[in-house]
Amino acid sequence: MRRSYIHILLYLALIVGVDLLTHALGKSYYLTQLTMSFYYSMVVLGLVLLMGYAGQISLGHAGFFAIGGYSTAVLSTINLMPYKEKPIIRLLESMGFLLMREDLYGARILSFNPWIGVITAVVLAGVVAYLIGIPVLKLKGHYLAMATLGFGIIVYRVVLGTPVFGEADGISDVPGFQIFPGLSINGEMDTKRMNYYIASAIVLVLLYLLMNLINSRVGRALRAIHGSEDAAEAVGIDTAGYKLRVFVLSAVIAAFAGALLTHFNGGIGPGESSVMKSVRYVAIVAAGGMASLWGGLATSMVLNFLSLRGYFGSYDDAVFGAVLILIMLFAPEGIIKIGRRQ
Amino acid sequence: MNLDLLFQYIAAGLTYGFIYAIVAIGFNIIYNTTGIINFAQGEFVMLGSMIAISLHPFMPLFPAIVLAVVITMLIGAIMEIAFFRWIESPTILRMIIITIGLSILIREAALAIWGENVRALPYFTGNEVTSVSILGARVSPQVLWVVGVCSVTVLALQAFFKFTRYGWQMRACAVNRDAARLCGIKAKNMVTLSFMLSAGIGALAGCVVSPITYSQYNMGVPLAIKGFTVAILGGLGNYLAAVAGGIVLGIIESFSVWVLPSAYKDSIAIGILLIILFFRPGGLFGSKEELALKEF
Amino acid sequence: MRFLKALLFAVMTFCLLVAPAMAAKTIKIGAILSVTGPASFLGAPEANTLKMLTEEINSKGGINGRKIELIIKDSGANPGKAISFAKQLIEEERVFAIIGPSTSGETLKIKSICEKGKTICISCAAAEKIVNPVAKYVFKTPQKDSFAARKIFMQMQKMGIKKIGVVVGNTGFGLAGKAQLEKIAPEYGIDIVISEVYDKRATDLTALVTKLKARGVQAVVNWSIVPAQAIIAKNMRQIGFNVPLFQSHGFGNIKYVKAAGAAAEGIIFPAGRLLVVDSLPDSDPQKPVLMKYKKDYESRFHEEVSTFGGHAYDALMILVKAIKKAGFDKEKVRDAIENLKGFVGIGGVFNFSPTDHNGLDINSFVMLTVKNGKFTLLKQ
Repeated sequence: MRRSYIHILLYLALIVGVDLLTHALGKSYYLTQLTMSFYYSMVVLGLVLLMGYAGQISLGHAGFFAIGGYSTAVLSTINLMPYKEKPIIRLLESMGFLLMREDLYGARILSFNPWIGVITAVVLAGVVAYLIGIPVLKLKGHYLAMATLGFGIIVYRVVLGTPVFGEADGISDVPGFQIFPGLSINGEMDTKRMNYYIASAIVLVLLYLLMNLINSRVGRALRAIHGSEDAAEAVGIDTAGYKLRVFVLSAVIAAFAGALLTHFNGGIGPGESSVMKSVRYVAIVAAGGMASLWGGLATSMVLNFLSLRGYFGSYDDAVFGAVLILIMLFAPEGIIKIGRRQ
Repeated sequence: MNLDLLFQYIAAGLTYGFIYAIVAIGFNIIYNTTGIINFAQGEFVMLGSMIAISLHPFMPLFPAIVLAVVITMLIGAIMEIAFFRWIESPTILRMIIITIGLSILIREAALAIWGENVRALPYFTGNEVTSVSILGARVSPQVLWVVGVCSVTVLALQAFFKFTRYGWQMRACAVNRDAARLCGIKAKNMVTLSFMLSAGIGALAGCVVSPITYSQYNMGVPLAIKGFTVAILGGLGNYLAAVAGGIVLGIIESFSVWVLPSAYKDSIAIGILLIILFFRPGGLFGSKEELALKEF
Repeated sequence: MRFLKALLFAVMTFCLLVAPAMAAKTIKIGAILSVTGPASFLGAPEANTLKMLTEEINSKGGINGRKIELIIKDSGANPGKAISFAKQLIEEERVFAIIGPSTSGETLKIKSICEKGKTICISCAAAEKIVNPVAKYVFKTPQKDSFAARKIFMQMQKMGIKKIGVVVGNTGFGLAGKAQLEKIAPEYGIDIVISEVYDKRATDLTALVTKLKARGVQAVVNWSIVPAQAIIAKNMRQIGFNVPLFQSHGFGNIKYVKAAGAAAEGIIFPAGRLLVVDSLPDSDPQKPVLMKYKKDYESRFHEEVSTFGGHAYDALMILVKAIKKAGFDKEKVRDAIENLKGFVGIGGVFNFSPTDHNGLDINSFVMLTVKNGKFTLLKQ
């Protein structure tokens, strides 16, 4: 336990160090891609719990990410101005659920407060994950992979085929998310550092919570399930219940990340729910060593950062494919464990 | 709806169905000997048709197809030897991830080699507008080629597994690998053989469907998803059931266009996949007892 | 230990990337294009065109003495990457202007970023939303979808067609086209009896064309990209459904005619003049520009020229023209683009104004048809 606190201190030092370093070198624009990488890393952390600890694969987590992103995008861009005089809208407005803003072209837009959007995103993803988790998690191996893949494809199709979700163009002009006055998640160029710290802090809190979870009774139960589901069942562990809870938790984390990144980017497109995205998350979890939060986080930060900076050029997907294969062939325990005594 | 139209929908459904079925057969072969679902199966289909298209300028159509099938079989063998053969006690998770990674890499390699252009083999008989009339429905002769090749493949596979030495050995491995090894069967070679067979059938499928669907570096994934759905629908590992499953899905899709907006056509396959997985994972024609003995 | 290694790995990779920036007396122009991925049929010729033009301009000494430094970023049609790249280009490369993105979805995502960053963006994407509402710094070069729809309907009126079916692929391009067709049809007294969306990766559309045939439409309009636009043509002819088939301006590449083979004969579609440059009268003001672009592109890249590359050509040339006129001041160049009149490009003759950031009119389209495997002007 004590070691993990040292890790957290080191993590903090690294966060501040990177900021100071980029600032000193006059390259603080790196923080934009780092912030985006932090949000993608949240999905990875949730997936580490699901894949690494509970041993359940999911090829549909981009679907949850999109559910989160699209929920808040729709709610915070829908214009309620024409219905302004309706009693229900007035009631919502007086309760502080709505927010009036002016867009770039001077039009006044009345839409839901991003708080409502983000909360809806998380709740909706949780409910969806719970409902599909019950039948899906009864499956194993290839069937589980295919069923989650199928779920991801359905989300992609719904997004692509629904006018509310902007169809193939996605949703643009999503406003920033003001957490408190003076603290908000948005893509403005002068709030880069603030957003970098917000994102890294959210990831830190998430890490702390997950580490505690893993070291608790739940974590031990999950490891037992991973080892042998039948054995776990035999010693009285409610395997179905634990698997479902972890699945819902990882879905909620993905949706939360999706919602926050959507506010940071100011928009979301259907590509976020594509199969390839889901596969990339799995690739990162595998490369990070499956059951390693720190490994997953480091791999995710590096790969996402490089990808978002465009370093892989036209070979983006190929890099992820190669990472998958090489890791699975030569270091199924993850790159960071190479050379470590088994 | 008049009768001509009814038959036209059925003909469309059969076209879809046989395309899916011939892809599904490839899944089944590898699954039977190794218990792996090869997520890169769609890439074999793509490779076969792209290689044949590249060879076609230098030789007549049929030699080009034969050569393309042989080359793809070699690629399948190389793939198995390089990536699967030497892995000790593989977990299913690891196998899934490796095949997914291979599928991405093959696709990207194809993009680098052939570019993003859409290509096609010429129609085997007639051209783009030729059609023959069957019971008032008009179908392209290429559809008949697909049906024919698919049927011959299934029959040939049945014969191979029933009457040849290698066929028996592969079936023995499918039933129990350790027992097969004890009887002196080289199980590892049988796995390589199954990859070759599967790659060859995938490539052949790619060649016959290419005039209808066109070929592009990324054609594999949608076909693989449909093929997998059909394989599950029939019951994994069963070739004849895959054809039946293909026809069922194809006809459902075709008639769905009649009643529903066609935007829903592809969601139907996914819906059916999930329903089957949840309620009848053994497939339409599989039994529950058999399923309980299998590992996924 | 595991943690320390993770940390070391992350720090090392990061340090490798902090490479020194280059300083030179050039003008930086960024481009965000889908060179690979689902929209590569747009991005690849656009990137080629930009590279070719930049070399040509630089070999002649650049613009007003400064050479162009072209930075092409491949977004793979992913809006998230387009956002990241737009911020990079604006903040860090401090580019003079951005050309692209290739797709509408990406352009709409970066529209406000360019606006806030006060950086000129000349998009190569079609959607009308890009220039309506008008954003001060955002322009686009492709013709508006509504012009294509109007051209098609005008042709239908001439042919006496009243009942039509509309089918589109589920891409941004297809769905935007569907919206325009449905909006404009009543103006021309045309009744859309059936309107359907199909998957952009569809492998066969026999069932759909059977449905169209059953509804007794007099013509079909298809709005999609390859390969579906070839598949629909084949399937219609195969089931003996021989009404006129209209395609969108997305059919503007001879490769697609080859893909559809015999089924392409008689397809009618609107397009820029580039595709029929050989049969244009010499009096046409665009002819010399088109001839040169076609010749240069085809001899350099050994593939047929398409109208998509032309969008990037227009974007860069408009920028160059404005810089030559207004110097190296972003604001002045922006004003110069807004007041640019009579610029002869690949897409047509551009006349920009503060309310029109596209600058093309309906005459930028001509109606073409396919005859003996070649594009020809449709005989009226």
